[in-house]
Amino acid sequence: MIRVQEEDFNIGAEIQSMTEGKAEVGALACFVGLVRDMAGDDRIESMTLEHYPGMTERQLAKLEADARERWALNDVLIVHRYGKLLPGDRIVLVATTSSHRQAALESCEFLIDWLKTKAPFWKKEETSIGARWVEAKDSDDDQAARWEVEPSRVIGGRGRQSE
Amino acid sequence: MRVLYFGWVRQRIGLAKEEIDPPADVADVRALIAWLKTRGPAYEAGLGNLNQVRVAVNQELTTLDAKIVIGDEVALFPPMTGG
Repeated sequence: MIRVQEEDFNIGAEIQSMTEGKAEVGALACFVGLVRDMAGDDRIESMTLEHYPGMTERQLAKLEADARERWALNDVLIVHRYGKLLPGDRIVLVATTSSHRQAALESCEFLIDWLKTKAPFWKKEETSIGARWVEAKDSDDDQAARWEVEPSRVIGGRGRQSE
Repeated sequence: MRVLYFGWVRQRIGLAKEEIDPPADVADVRALIAWLKTRGPAYEAGLGNLNQVRVAVNQELTTLDAKIVIGDEVALFPPMTGG
């Protein structure tokens, strides 16, 4: 499931709804991204996230479908916020459930890596010395590129299971 | 044709979106950007460095060489920084 929203989310409630009454779930992996208070030597006063309504939902839905193709998952949840956030605020939640931990952990990492380079969000930091756009990092591209393999070659993926 | 701008591309151009009517020989995104840049220094500031411009046509990520036709929704923006 995909949600793009301005309001905050409740991690406990989200996790509970993904697991309660679902005894087939053996593992849940979860990532939460938060606004930091410092960028280098500069204090961050707030961060504003802009996105491309319509395309954002499409891209996130594609990422979910891609993860489900690669791993045997019970459920996928991506909640991404936009608008003005303060240090300590939650930005994004990625949670995956599976029968086993490896599929849950790997798919969670895959989703957050790809989200950073393929979901149309842009961050602007308002700092003590003025506002500036956050630059994309080459290291994020490198992290995402690690997953550029055939789905059937990923351990625990559907392709592997059907062999 | 509708063009949308995001991030610092939007900020530099000073517009979030506009309806445009490019000449008939503008057949791909690269040509569209070249034409937009003739419209003033704000476009040059927003779209001058093609290495830093990413493209979506009809909400699908694509490249500067993507073909475009009348009625398409073209979005131009910096590298994405979600997550």
